[in-house]
Amino acid sequence: MIEGLAAIYIFMLAGFTGYEIISKVPVILHTPLMSGSNFVHGIVLVGAMVALGIAETTAQQAIGFIAVLLGAGNAVGGYVVTERMLEMFRPSDKKAKGEDS
Amino acid sequence: METLIQAAYLIAAALFILGLKQMSSPVTARRGILWAGAGMVLATLATFMSPQILDSDQVSVNIGLIIIAIALGGGYAWYSGKKVAMTDMPQMIAMYNGMGGGAAAAIAAVELIKASNEAAHDVTGSSTVADMLGADVAVLGILGAIIGTISFSGSIIAWAKLDGRLNRSKLLPMQHVINALLAIVTLGFGVAIYFTNSLDTIIIFYLLALVLGVFITVPVGGADMPVIISLFNALTGLAVGFEGYVLGNAAMIIAGIVVGSAGSLLTQLMAKAMNRSVANVFFAGVGTDAAAVSSDGSEGVMKEIQAQDAGILMSFASQVVIIPGYGMAVAQAQHKIWELTQILTEKGVNVKFAIHPVAGRMPGHMNVLLAEAGVPYDMIYDMEDINADFKNTTVALVIGANDVVNPSAKSDSTSPLFGMPILDAIDSDNVIVIKRGRGTGFSGVENPLFFADNTKMLFGDGQKAASELIQAVKEL
Repeated sequence: MIEGLAAIYIFMLAGFTGYEIISKVPVILHTPLMSGSNFVHGIVLVGAMVALGIAETTAQQAIGFIAVLLGAGNAVGGYVVTERMLEMFRPSDKKAKGEDS
Repeated sequence: METLIQAAYLIAAALFILGLKQMSSPVTARRGILWAGAGMVLATLATFMSPQILDSDQVSVNIGLIIIAIALGGGYAWYSGKKVAMTDMPQMIAMYNGMGGGAAAAIAAVELIKASNEAAHDVTGSSTVADMLGADVAVLGILGAIIGTISFSGSIIAWAKLDGRLNRSKLLPMQHVINALLAIVTLGFGVAIYFTNSLDTIIIFYLLALVLGVFITVPVGGADMPVIISLFNALTGLAVGFEGYVLGNAAMIIAGIVVGSAGSLLTQLMAKAMNRSVANVFFAGVGTDAAAVSSDGSEGVMKEIQAQDAGILMSFASQVVIIPGYGMAVAQAQHKIWELTQILTEKGVNVKFAIHPVAGRMPGHMNVLLAEAGVPYDMIYDMEDINADFKNTTVALVIGANDVVNPSAKSDSTSPLFGMPILDAIDSDNVIVIKRGRGTGFSGVENPLFFADNTKMLFGDGQKAASELIQAVKEL
């Protein structure tokens, strides 16, 4: 378990890290980056799995099931669209051979 | 086993941070998402080994349910993510983001219901949710629940609005006052959960938070949607971080808070690029003030040009700068524009693309659309990098863009656009504007650039006009 001051340290350092990562991003990558960070909070899937895993009543299982369903959607969907967008970004030397017309 | 799982979470968190870091440069961006993806797979697999899950009374049922839920949710998302058109990307991101917020809220619901159940059956009979969870866990759990729920219902409204399924921007009179009251009542129920063990309180709390998310998002104008989506993205991150604390899961805390802070900064950057404050987006609702002003008299006349002449002008130019807007993507003209670019390049013309920060429907969206057509990213220039270069430009070709090249944003302090940074296309020797008709842009503001001496208008559908230009240039 993470408790008390240790948790506050993690919150603080993670906050600075996020700020630092974004502050140098060129505008051209804003959309893929928003999508990429959207994918990263898909880690909620892990928590949803635990919530469903420890469910005891049917009601808890139902809500946990929804949690996993939504969490998996976030993680997988976020990955697929980010990957699709970033895959298209290429420099000009590569395209010289591949493109037609 | 516990140590191994924690180690897997730690590696996953590191991969997320390194992945996001690599996504901040176009050269390494692709690798970044692959790394982050590997982290996600690692964390998910490790969670199946979690003693919390394996020690449960209903372990086989629950694990079965987990696998079914992942298959259904992941399968749907995989299919929809592969299929979605690049132009529809913003609403798809909103949708996936809403799912994440909903998941965080649902995790909190399981924990809160469990705690209220335990408290109600406690021997003392007067225990509360806070007694069961501890003050810190209860507070962060409830906060995460309200944030996640708002992000969930708000993102769905954002998706519906961008997808053209919902057009109204007003639900009730005095919407902002009602929203403020609703927010206070919702928070009140949140506090009540803390001090009681009533299941009804939890249910009402969630319903209120759902409605609040809807009410906050409905009045937001279409142009401001990216800011809201980005904000909900940050909020979901925060909610995930808080629920990570509730579950004692370090990977969730780190990933959630990193996204929360990165998303907050990204939201501010976007709002700044659009010349709006985040508060403004929430409490004003665009269009209401902007559309009312407009039309301060259009001076002069628009000068028309035929594709033939435009083609000649561009073929003998030393430098052509293409300024695409969302209109180009709507007309599906980006492939034709890229073809035109290649022909011009062969003729020795120096072609560049200039992208305004808010071109497309989201900052960076236009870059994605151009990349899809095959335009390499090193031909694409940001506003700051290209603006000084317009003086050396023979032809600036504006296609489907309007407000982002409107010089009144600089010169006319009464203009609703005043203060918004623009692309200085007007500094070029010639400006050719491809435009469907004579109407105004998204903001409804008249554009003096269209009446400038060095501007010629090429009227017509973007795709057709681009084809004619290609034809004209080829024939030379």
